[in-house]
Amino acid sequence: MLDILVSGLLLSGTYALVAMGLNLQYGVARIMNLANGEVLVLGALAAFWLFTTSQVSPLLTVILVIPVAFVGNWLIYRFLLTPLVRRSKNQGQLEVDAILATFGMSFILIGIMVSIEGGFFAYKYLSEPISILGSTSSLNRLVAFLIAVAIGGALYLWLNHTRPGVAVRAVAVSTEASGLVGINVPRMSALAFALGGAITAVGGALISTFITLDASIGVVFTMKALIIVIMGGVGEIRGAIVAAAILGLVETAVATLVDPGLTLAAAYLIFVLILLFRPQGLFGRVSS
Amino acid sequence: MKPSGWQELLLAALFAMLAAFVPLVANGYWLSIAVTAMMYLALATSWALFSGPTHYISLATGAFFGIGGYLVGSMMSDYQLAFWVPLVVAPVVAALLAMLIGLATLRLSGVYFVIFTLGLAEMIRNLISWIQNNFLGSRGLYVLTDLRDQHIYWMLLAVAAVVYLLGWLINRSRLGFALRIIGNDETVARHVGINTATAKVILFTTTGFFAALVGAIIAPRWSYIEPNQVFSPQLSFLVVIMALLGGAGRLWGPLVGVIPFTIIWEWVGVQFPNQSFLFMGLAFLLIVYVLPNGVVGRIEQLRARLREREA
Repeated sequence: MLDILVSGLLLSGTYALVAMGLNLQYGVARIMNLANGEVLVLGALAAFWLFTTSQVSPLLTVILVIPVAFVGNWLIYRFLLTPLVRRSKNQGQLEVDAILATFGMSFILIGIMVSIEGGFFAYKYLSEPISILGSTSSLNRLVAFLIAVAIGGALYLWLNHTRPGVAVRAVAVSTEASGLVGINVPRMSALAFALGGAITAVGGALISTFITLDASIGVVFTMKALIIVIMGGVGEIRGAIVAAAILGLVETAVATLVDPGLTLAAAYLIFVLILLFRPQGLFGRVSS
Repeated sequence: MKPSGWQELLLAALFAMLAAFVPLVANGYWLSIAVTAMMYLALATSWALFSGPTHYISLATGAFFGIGGYLVGSMMSDYQLAFWVPLVVAPVVAALLAMLIGLATLRLSGVYFVIFTLGLAEMIRNLISWIQNNFLGSRGLYVLTDLRDQHIYWMLLAVAAVVYLLGWLINRSRLGFALRIIGNDETVARHVGINTATAKVILFTTTGFFAALVGAIIAPRWSYIEPNQVFSPQLSFLVVIMALLGGAGRLWGPLVGVIPFTIIWEWVGVQFPNQSFLFMGLAFLLIVYVLPNGVVGRIEQLRARLREREA
């Protein structure tokens, strides 16, 4: 029981981080990014590839991945998604276009990743057992959790206590009103999208230290991140943290008590319950 | 989109009659491509019944299709039932599931629906693998029938024709009119008194029914059924690509997309077996950036421009 609690919570740290990334992209830039999971796997592939070919520590990769993923996502937003934002007449049309475009990107990313590494991204890093509160876990899970908490905390402080952070949050509340008070909305949206992508890739590099991924697994992580964002409420950081903890715990419980193959089914169960009883999310407000 | 007239129905009937002769002239390789194309045509046309007017991207096709194929395998192999039993049962099961999914998600914004259907095939596959391994024993599921490629082809053609006819009737009915209003502006639809959720659920249930029927009909082609093979998420995406490439705004739009794409897809599979993902991605980008209303939409746009110039 304690084992489930400890490993569930450790897992939820990285989940929360990845969901924050998606939250920035959907909540601020208003792009439903279904290539999110592939960006995560790309981060994992970077960690795996650098570790196995040149023994670069995945922790160093985490830092290397940030600028690369930031620039990459910024370019995607600027050149592929901005035209869609401009041509759409309403939010509904943008959503459909964004969904189709990011599907396309996700498949292209899978195609590229398969040609780099077709098998599993299996490597061992910090996999010695450690004991937390009397339950056994592994060091890499703890390290990943701590880094996720540090990055998530930094992001939280940035959003709440700096000028650009507040501007980003203002865009999340209303694009029109933020434009009126002199916020450069397109620039802030691009910033949020790029930052979200960078955070997602970092999450992927972290996850790869304790879960073995492969090129086509991204969609599972997209689903999980989406479920967390919906459960927590779009744009709610505290909500995402609580939701990530719930998902991490439920998944770990199902994996240990029933069958590891049913984690996605467990996530779906949560999803259905949320849709039926609190579609605005645990912490979300009912929108007009 | 305008309601299709009698002329269009007549053309479709003519096409169906011509298509019925294909197995008499084609065999082997080309017949097998024809079967695949007919399968996608039935799937894409029924997909467009719901997603065309509402603009909701459904990715549940693979899940319903898989239910059809899996139930055929399970009922024939585990319970020694005749082929027609799952052929009747599977679509009903899938329709019920589609109705439940629709009731849970279609009352809310479209994004929730897309997300829900995104992982659906994968989730059902996990669930069925688990049930099979723990309760049914992991035996192989064999589908042994006397049906040959041409029989499967004719059955699929019949399904496609029924779907087309149904779509034509819906377009002319109050339901079709309601759906077009929902697709244009859902708020307006609600304000003029349309029960938007009910209309959407009915249509989505219909597509679930036909996807499972197609999955059940095509099952004898494989003779050996595995959950990993019938619940293919890729199928859902291919159907979306084909329907949108042709143009989901018209009943015959998917037809325009299915035939060339099936042939190109076969060719890609042979020439670049490891790059199928890349091609799928490029196809999506092509749709979004070059052909947002499909080939049919582009042709209609060009015709409208020509008419303007003449006037």
